Amino acid sequence: MVGAAVACGLVWRGAKVVAVDGGDGDFRASRANFGLVWLQGKGLGQPAYQRLTGRSVEGWSDFAVRLGEISGIDVHFQRRGSLVFCLGEGELEARRARLSRLQVELGAGEPDFEILNRHDLERFLPGVRLGDRVSGASLRPRDGHVNPLRLLAGLQRSFTLSGGTLRCSQPVSRLQPSGEGFIVEAGDERFAAARLVVAAGIASGDLAAPLGIAAPVRPQRGQLLVTERLEPMLPMAASGLRQTMDGTFMIGLTNEEVGPDTSVTVKAATSMSRRAVAILPDLARATVVRHWAGLRVMTPDGFPIYAQSEQHPGAFVVTCHSGIALAAAHAGEVAAGIVAGKLPAELSPFHNGRFDVPKAA
Amino acid sequence: MFRKLHEPASPVTIVVDGAAVTAAAGDPVAAVLLRLEPPIARTTPVGGRPRAPYCMMGVCFDCLAIVDGMPSTQTCRTAVRAGMRVERQHGARVIGQ
Amino acid sequence: MTRTFDLAVVGAGPAGMAAAIAAKALGMDVLLIDEQAAPGGQIWRGVEGVAATSDGAQLGADYQAGAAVAAALRASGVVYEPATQLWQIEPGWRLFTSREQQADIIEAATVLLATGAQERPAPFPGWTLPGVLTVGAAQILLKTAAQVPDRPVWIAGCGPLPLLYAAQLLRLGGRIAGFLDTAPPGNRRAALPHLPQALRAAGDLLKGLGWMRELRRANVPLVRHVVEIEALGREQVSAVRYRTSDGRERTESASMLLIHEGVVPNIHPTMALGCAHDWSDDQLCWAPALDRWGETSLVGLFVAGDGAGIAGARAASLRGELAAIGIARQAGRLDEGEADQRAGGLRRRLGRELAVRPFLDALFRPRPAVFAPHDDTVVCRCEELTARDIRAAAVGTPGPNQVKAFTRAGMGPCQGRQCGYTVSHLLAAAQKRPVAEVGFYRIRPPLKPVTLGELASLDRPETVG
Repeated sequence: MVGAAVACGLVWRGAKVVAVDGGDGDFRASRANFGLVWLQGKGLGQPAYQRLTGRSVEGWSDFAVRLGEISGIDVHFQRRGSLVFCLGEGELEARRARLSRLQVELGAGEPDFEILNRHDLERFLPGVRLGDRVSGASLRPRDGHVNPLRLLAGLQRSFTLSGGTLRCSQPVSRLQPSGEGFIVEAGDERFAAARLVVAAGIASGDLAAPLGIAAPVRPQRGQLLVTERLEPMLPMAASGLRQTMDGTFMIGLTNEEVGPDTSVTVKAATSMSRRAVAILPDLARATVVRHWAGLRVMTPDGFPIYAQSEQHPGAFVVTCHSGIALAAAHAGEVAAGIVAGKLPAELSPFHNGRFDVPKAA
Repeated sequence: MFRKLHEPASPVTIVVDGAAVTAAAGDPVAAVLLRLEPPIARTTPVGGRPRAPYCMMGVCFDCLAIVDGMPSTQTCRTAVRAGMRVERQHGARVIGQ
Repeated sequence: MTRTFDLAVVGAGPAGMAAAIAAKALGMDVLLIDEQAAPGGQIWRGVEGVAATSDGAQLGADYQAGAAVAAALRASGVVYEPATQLWQIEPGWRLFTSREQQADIIEAATVLLATGAQERPAPFPGWTLPGVLTVGAAQILLKTAAQVPDRPVWIAGCGPLPLLYAAQLLRLGGRIAGFLDTAPPGNRRAALPHLPQALRAAGDLLKGLGWMRELRRANVPLVRHVVEIEALGREQVSAVRYRTSDGRERTESASMLLIHEGVVPNIHPTMALGCAHDWSDDQLCWAPALDRWGETSLVGLFVAGDGAGIAGARAASLRGELAAIGIARQAGRLDEGEADQRAGGLRRRLGRELAVRPFLDALFRPRPAVFAPHDDTVVCRCEELTARDIRAAAVGTPGPNQVKAFTRAGMGPCQGRQCGYTVSHLLAAAQKRPVAEVGFYRIRPPLKPVTLGELASLDRPETVG
């Protein structure tokens, strides 16, 4: 997802680009994504992340239109707002506190969110039967959501139709600096390039090492449930609960530190179901058709890595766990920085150097 | 579409889309649907196309209907019981009020 | 509340019943679960109610034989739970089941999957129309509800089952409008070299010839070497169109079309668990890799019956008994010598049953069109995607899982049971790779749909992340 968005941004700026992708069974964060294009709740402790995400979320409409025009694929982007349901008064208070603190850190003017109590929420969602324990929700009207699988298809098709070369099922076997540029071997092919972008999710660390960039990423499992198609019930995306345009409900996600393991557990299915049914009790009668898991790409602090190699300035690493919300920024300012040969100053808080914390003497 | 070879030994009445139907207790509900006109269980959520039971063994999910208020029930695995209410399922499931 | 058993058997067909009865006799605590309301699997479906009736006599001795086994099951002390669907297995083993919208957990040291087979998906234009059913479905309707087509029926396909059903239908007063034999012209020649070996099971071959004689005596129109079929109609089947290998094309009015193009093992549970599978070029399907006792690549997980490889009811029963011995041996209830001694006779009889397979597999090898449907043909029944949609997504070298992600094929309630093989074949043809290399969808739980309410009510105090 990240690589595809960057690749699109590069090829839209006139670069000649080859994108090399791994196998059918590879761990793909993109397959376990909820499709949220959200800023709500993100970036505690790092206002630059709020700003980056905010720019990307705002720019998503134009991005979706452009993808649709070039690829012919409608990625089902909707900007209907984001909701985080709260169960019990304690959760609602905690939510209010978190969002207020984020607003303070950002230093912006008007709050971009609202806290709805139970009464307001019922009026906001007429015809939706809420569980007894639902105390309210936080709402951010400028957030949206998209179909992640269509997005990936749209990105890849836009890329190839814009002149990019895409190689699937060809994992990179070798990657190294060579003279002023780089050599990449994948499958039977050998590519030479002046610039190189490693956006390989959890494989980024290994791939980036020969380039002199340390990219400490670890996999974090997210399990989710998908139901059969249902009549429209929930008009906007909520955290852990989203009804897609196909009518299916996505329910999730877990955050598990289990290494590169995409197996699923009934334990998780049960806890995800409990919360979903506590929020929308009518879902108790919906059948689950699929239960699967993906691996998020987690850095030590949870924020992206946008880094450029010092020894080999043409090499970049781009990796994050919010590949969808940030897709517009990846195709935009990040790609622009790569083409210019230098990442912009706004992205400097995301350099990998931040992980080298000097030890106290 | 299908007919029974003999009258049921212990006939019961069930209701299909509001109409009373005589059936044999214990028969698969899908079998009853295949004796009615139209012989369908549902219409599809994507294209609104009519579907009748196809495999009778639980691997095709075309025989789904609303049985005693429970949507998406596989009628090929559900046995007829006196007083059962069956409704054909049109499009995507409705689970709300 | 979680219950514990020495052995959990899934599937109450010939293999499951034989295994459960044998394992119980060897002193094990056995649970047998099955999704149908009564024992018998598919081949002996409804046998408890039907075998002793006049219908049962018309269905044949092979069918009636199931009654004795079902009775033995009821008398055996095996804990038998019908109308129970298995939706997940976790290592340990822990089985998650659902019965009347109530989820349940079972722990077992060993699991035997005897979930049998399903008819091979054979898409053709119009196959989703009401009035098109599998031959197996028609036979199940006969067995469970004593129902027959109310008007002359068209039967199309290849294999022993269409012949058997046709014969049974005629005996019970049904009428057949026509029998479209889709076995390709080269099959007989290809099968001939295997005939000598197949004569060890001469009884089966004679039975097949007998069914054919019944059809001829009833003057059922028989069309050989049909290469293409199509069901026509708007809301229901109203006509059948077919083409033969020598180019003849006919359209006949029809109110029902029954289709059967062979049987394939049910691989969803073993694939979901990550067992090793082998591709069989003879039967054009995957089957779990098993040792001589039926154990998969996962310790303590066994498979018996048609799920191990298509071989019929008698072979299924033998495999079930062998698995029970292997399981008892693994549990320390039998030593190596005893186990081999008990298994000896069973293996010899199994060998005789399997001897006829190469001949039948060659004789009934499906026509190529089964795997290469026309562009307009629906391939994914649940999501209503056509062969054209799949072919469009096949560009490049995506595997079945990427195609699934992009098109939604395989994401409906049947979880790829009706489209998986077709998608893999379409990819193989588009990418010029063998099907075995293309692979199959990654199968995920739930193995059968389960409600959020059932999941939420499972007895689990811990929560996760």
